[in-house]
Amino acid sequence: MTALSISNLKVQIHGTTVLHDIDLSLDAGRILGVVGESGSGKSMTALSVMQLLPRGSVWSGDIRVAGNDLDTLDEAALCQMRGRDVGMIFQEPMTALNPVRTIGDQVAETVCVHTGASRREALAIARRMLDRVGLPEDRFPLDRYPHDLSGGQRQRVVIAQAIALRPKVLIADEPSTALDVTTQAQILDLLRQLVREEDMGLMLITHDLAVVAGLADSIAILKEGAVVESGPTREVFRALRHPYTRALFSASAHVPERSRKPALARTPVLAVENVVREYQQPRRRLFVRPPPFRAVDQVSFEIRHGENVGLVGESGCGKSTLARAILALDGLQGGNIRLNGHVFTSAGDGPNPELRSRMQVVFQDPYGSFNPRHRVHRLVSEPFHLVGSAPRGAELDRRVDRALTEVGLTSSDAGKYIHEFSGGQRQRIAIARALIIEPALIVLDEAVSALDVSIRAQVLDLLAGLSDRLDLSYLFISHDLSVVRAITDRVLVMKDGQIVEQGETESVFRNPQHPYTQTLVAATPSLEAALAAPAS
Amino acid sequence: MTAYLLRRLLSLCLSLIAASLVIFLVMEMVPGDPASFMMGLNADPAAVAALRSQLGLDAPLPLRYLGWVAGLLQGDFGVSYTYRVPVSELIAERVVISLPLTLYALTLSTLIAFPAGIIAAARRNSFADFSVMGATQFGVAIPNFWFAMILVLIFSINLRWMSAGGFPGWEAGFGSAMKALTLPAIALALPQASILARVMRSSLIDTLEEDFMRTARAKGLSRSQALWRHALRNALIPVLTIIGLQFSFLLAGGIIIENVFYLPGLGRLVFQAITQRDLIVVRSVVILLVFAVIVVTFLVDLAYAAVDPRLRRHRQ
Repeated sequence: MTALSISNLKVQIHGTTVLHDIDLSLDAGRILGVVGESGSGKSMTALSVMQLLPRGSVWSGDIRVAGNDLDTLDEAALCQMRGRDVGMIFQEPMTALNPVRTIGDQVAETVCVHTGASRREALAIARRMLDRVGLPEDRFPLDRYPHDLSGGQRQRVVIAQAIALRPKVLIADEPSTALDVTTQAQILDLLRQLVREEDMGLMLITHDLAVVAGLADSIAILKEGAVVESGPTREVFRALRHPYTRALFSASAHVPERSRKPALARTPVLAVENVVREYQQPRRRLFVRPPPFRAVDQVSFEIRHGENVGLVGESGCGKSTLARAILALDGLQGGNIRLNGHVFTSAGDGPNPELRSRMQVVFQDPYGSFNPRHRVHRLVSEPFHLVGSAPRGAELDRRVDRALTEVGLTSSDAGKYIHEFSGGQRQRIAIARALIIEPALIVLDEAVSALDVSIRAQVLDLLAGLSDRLDLSYLFISHDLSVVRAITDRVLVMKDGQIVEQGETESVFRNPQHPYTQTLVAATPSLEAALAAPAS
Repeated sequence: MTAYLLRRLLSLCLSLIAASLVIFLVMEMVPGDPASFMMGLNADPAAVAALRSQLGLDAPLPLRYLGWVAGLLQGDFGVSYTYRVPVSELIAERVVISLPLTLYALTLSTLIAFPAGIIAAARRNSFADFSVMGATQFGVAIPNFWFAMILVLIFSINLRWMSAGGFPGWEAGFGSAMKALTLPAIALALPQASILARVMRSSLIDTLEEDFMRTARAKGLSRSQALWRHALRNALIPVLTIIGLQFSFLLAGGIIIENVFYLPGLGRLVFQAITQRDLIVVRSVVILLVFAVIVVTFLVDLAYAAVDPRLRRHRQ
């Protein structure tokens, strides 16, 4: 039975066309993967089905949920439909729940709004639903608040409230993107199981081809507001008929070419020796000082000239704390950090300012890491305050030009403001800013995580090329194992503040030794593995 | 929750001690000797000295501080230099006017601001929103004493509904006392309501943009259901802050309005005491106001915790 059908869907927001030709159909008990890059219209399609489009939107076409034509329903009927016939799960579990109401209350609300059940009955249903999504009563009583729960647990609550009335259609908009790989695997498993058992149709929206490849029965690929290709997942991925599908596919599996081998003989660029980072925990009792929390515990490793080292681990493992310690943004409680053999920072001793310019950083968020009121010229030339004799006038312009051309931008971009650039271009500017004082090491903290696959492939190519040309070393921090695998020579796996495994990237990924690494590798969705598996 | 309460109580006590010290020391530094002021310009220095020792002004500083605090704790604020009556009596007479007036004004302000702010936020950029925003702009801009005089002109002089000033006392009956406080309360409430409505609106608009509001709509709640059940409580924190500040401000800040309406309130008492160098009255009223502010802040903290469960567990 067709749970959801969309044909000829067009959406305009304030006169701008965002969707112009969407045809999709989803059967009960099946999973439809909707894939595309940012701006392709994936979320707008979902919001059209929910009829929660932003203000100023006009839609036309035919959307049917369980046979009901949405165009014929008034707002009251649409409210009845939302939550009862269609449930929706969102990307950001941390903010998707009301912080001031209990989880039981929020799940029960779906029931109350639609069935007129008493509060007691609704809470009983909420209890069953929370059990169903893997939040048992002994650990997750109904009166818990969202802030007591982790991201994965919150996502389970969101799922519970979406499926409380067993809707015919479930829409999941990037449900696992904000989660760690092992949590992602659990949430995707849960969704798969619910679809089969409750006979729901699941529309799974994602940018990650590997996720849909392993999960979806059929797939639709969106580009610029239109479906460019659709069909059964395997067929689409095997045939790769449409050029855009091919491009997406190759960008996802992209491995940049690198020619230079790291110089192992020379003094390491970065030597981290027994580094300890501790935090003071908040007092729970007035006169008892709690023990400090050890976020980074006796970590040691080296990075050689021209070497790319990856640092992977799940959120909270201490990788960003370690990055901040290496950058000397926070003081150390033990050990020391050397740059080119000289002590840069150590426990009890602040950073050596003369060495600061040997190391630069690129952060994750291409939108938040620039001052919006400065022109690119000023943004890029900012690190010069770290060096004693900063260039001025024409020499400064020349250096800014060179840094911008190095990352594939033009010298005319120096006069623009940051809002004039796309996410990928901004990340290039961040790299130019890091490059301009010719550091030996760049710390890349989730530097490509916010980018679309095709842009990500370009930025990875750029990074690989720069490393080869300028003899640069990278410390590449990411939760995304496939990216780390593509660009690094060596990888460090971090858990609970400690490095549990390190070695050549390929050998660690092919043959992980530590049980934690094995879990991580197994949980990472893999395009090849999904397509190679026998049809279910 | 208990830990949160204890922490807030501890900080309340510490603030009170700090405030009493500061007030005491500042009063010590203010020029003007109450004894010589009371005795007049041509007084005999021996008589002034005698009065000083009678008033306890010649004891060492720490002793006088402790004596003052000990008195405060027993409700003994000392004797006014100019009126020669216990300060506690003076204050009590005024508090029975100022406190009800403050609560009256605050209630009016809240009753006006909540609906106005909610309507403006719920129908953002509509005619209703523009009207509310325009009116509140006006309310903030108009000086409240001028507004008070307009009220007197309309309701007392032209319509003759209310008296133009004065206070009959609570013995005259609740109704007539409240009637006398109505125009002053409206004059005090207008600017406060305007500020509060604006805070309510912007806080609510921010909350309406939150992800969980979209979740609520996706569950099938209508726009207004989502607003009442999910947005309002989340939007309340900044509003509570402002209400707390307004209470403290109104309690003593009503002096101009008290003058316009000839109300013998706390504001006028302080003003007169300052001009007459009646430092003991000034000091007492100020410590009382500080006490009120600190208690209100404590209550606002409790209200935060009631509204937001996250505060019960974590530190702010």
